[in-house]
Amino acid sequence: MEIKLRDPKFLMKLSKLGSFHQSKLSFLRSFLKEFKDWKYSRDLFQLNDKGFGRAIYSFTKEKKTYSLICFANEIKDDERSDRVIATKWDAAFTLFDGIPTKEDVDRLSNNVPKQEVGRLSYKELTLSRANKSVRLFNHVVENLSKGQQPDKEFLSKVGYLYRTTAVYGSGKFGLADRFRIKNRDEICGPFRLEMMLVYLVRQFTFDQVNHIAKSISPKNAVELDNNISRTLGIGNSTGLGMAPFIVNHPTLLNNWITARETVLKKIREIEKVSKNDLDIFYQCLIKSLKNITSWHTDSEFQKEKIKNLIFDLKKFIKFMKDEFKFENSYQFNNIYMWAEENLNDECIEYIVSMMMEPYDKIVDPLVSKMSSNEEKYFNIPVGRTIEDLRNIIEKNYSEILKIDFSKEENNKNFWFISKNKEEPRIGDRYIDDGSNLEQPLAIARDIKKLYDIVFTKKNSSKIGKFLLDNNHLRHVVRRVFISEKCPYAEIQDNTIGSKLMPIDMLRLKLSFFGAIKFDPRSDKWLRICMFQGAPLPSELSNFDKYWMYN
Amino acid sequence: MRSYSEIETTIKRATKAKGFSWGISEEVGKNIRLLEMFGLPGLKNLNQYFKIYNISNFENIGEISPSNTAKGYYCPILCGLNFYDQSPLILKFNEIEINKIAFPLIFLSFLSRASEIIGKRIFLKMDNKEFLFNFNESIYSNYLSGDILEKSDKINIKFLDNKNNFSEDDWLEMHKLSIKTYVEESEESKSRTAGAGLTDND
Repeated sequence: MEIKLRDPKFLMKLSKLGSFHQSKLSFLRSFLKEFKDWKYSRDLFQLNDKGFGRAIYSFTKEKKTYSLICFANEIKDDERSDRVIATKWDAAFTLFDGIPTKEDVDRLSNNVPKQEVGRLSYKELTLSRANKSVRLFNHVVENLSKGQQPDKEFLSKVGYLYRTTAVYGSGKFGLADRFRIKNRDEICGPFRLEMMLVYLVRQFTFDQVNHIAKSISPKNAVELDNNISRTLGIGNSTGLGMAPFIVNHPTLLNNWITARETVLKKIREIEKVSKNDLDIFYQCLIKSLKNITSWHTDSEFQKEKIKNLIFDLKKFIKFMKDEFKFENSYQFNNIYMWAEENLNDECIEYIVSMMMEPYDKIVDPLVSKMSSNEEKYFNIPVGRTIEDLRNIIEKNYSEILKIDFSKEENNKNFWFISKNKEEPRIGDRYIDDGSNLEQPLAIARDIKKLYDIVFTKKNSSKIGKFLLDNNHLRHVVRRVFISEKCPYAEIQDNTIGSKLMPIDMLRLKLSFFGAIKFDPRSDKWLRICMFQGAPLPSELSNFDKYWMYN
Repeated sequence: MRSYSEIETTIKRATKAKGFSWGISEEVGKNIRLLEMFGLPGLKNLNQYFKIYNISNFENIGEISPSNTAKGYYCPILCGLNFYDQSPLILKFNEIEINKIAFPLIFLSFLSRASEIIGKRIFLKMDNKEFLFNFNESIYSNYLSGDILEKSDKINIKFLDNKNNFSEDDWLEMHKLSIKTYVEESEESKSRTAGAGLTDND
């Protein structure tokens, strides 16, 4: 039986994309798998009694080394902010390509703590900063220094000692350009170096609390129990910066979604699912309930989503117990079809993620296909015809063509870059200034404009000639031709409408990162946790691949 | 050092700020990155061009013909873009002459990309400077200065036929050498070492 890939017009709606969850394809999981046989070491640890100073951690294999350089700084409580406008952080980090010399570390000590106003070089791969979760950090240090472990219940409410407020890569602030490293096998998956940075930062946070506790009370202090460390991840505050990314990188988005959809298709096509594989799926699902019931948020929007997810999961478990027939063929297809008919998007996508768990053989080959050579798709095929262009628009954008942009509600927002921090923002076109400097992220509206013009042109006319008079729509002409080759490249929704929830865009990207416990703080930013439950670096050579659900 | 990614992003935004559309700005960002990677002073030239862009009236070239002459000077961005967009159509002209173009180095980046999409090398001569565009893989030139080129009064462009840079004799000599790595077969080894049968008429 051949199952079709899910239709982009239905899948690429923002509400659907905003219901995605982590899966075996997620970047932090594929990172751990790739680096499991690399040698981990802590190469330098020069912190003072209060935990301020520098540290270096590395992964090495044969002649290749990646080093995380950490700078822990003293800041005042009133200087601590997760917002992008902050200028000081509790710690700042960079991932160095190779083994840094003392001169490198000294150079970086003058630049990394300054983040956006510092300068990095082609030797550095990623850059980040993080703030302590102060209450939790102090609680852990205090207890360890008294010779006791911290309160697990208290820890689980937050889930991390530090949260990063930005992780930069790919040439930002002078960092190495992607082309310098793109041919390295170990980093063929997207965001692998960013994942490495965050993962090693997590270890730094454990070492730092242990060090401070011991400095306070050298005789009484104990180290944080590994079983407790494992339950802690790294938090992350994510704002609008991530949202334009998925619009600005259509081929990358396509490759992420294509990988996910291909896995789902192949799983649904399995005629005889083994009992063992079904058990893995079901056990992961049952165990994962713990992640949902311990998912704390003050957001009413998210609370409602969690409530519905739990309700639907109970319904699904009942179905599995009472109605599901293992003897029938195409078991996972039957499960999927039932979910489509009976559950909401949040739960359907949750189940899709879980279905991947037994199938390394299907998932693993697709991980390396999730990067994209964007240059390959940049050139507009100027020799093609207007007829081609119109046919692609009608085929790939039919949902978008239905939107009436003459209505205020469909044209309400505009995306812009803030002058203060060079970061994306979203404003109300009818209230805020700056819509004349709108970023090219209103794809649906511009596709509609393009279609209206194309409709009046001669079929045989060439695109090159069309562009002579219509270069104002060049950016969407390019996208239309990209969509021809990349069916999941476009969000099939209005990114400037009054009903837009920007956090749907953030959540889509974060789910591919492998984030859990999405905690929206407004419709424009949210907190998440990464690597919670993950093995420690010293355990990487042999770890439980279902650690997510332990 | 500024990364190429920073260069591309900043040029894209700067071009938009000068009044070009986002689509054109994307192209210019990509092209200046390209020039810089090939070791040509793209950013410096564009910066200088933008300084006078609003005070001089630069012309758009429109449809490209074998001979094109501006009354003032052509805008290298619009001229380059139109050359690129029309490149499959203007291939039929063996040679193209463009008279009077401002900041021609910016124009060159579009030719490099045009060479890739039409699948032909492009040769360009302006004054005593020569450039060979190799399918956007490299630019071969006798111009190594990092200076700003403010204008060119005459540019000659030639689409080069796809042909080898060697004679048939050179090829045969090489081929003769290469077959020395082959092993002579005996009648017996033919039947043992080949994958298929000696006759496959089934």
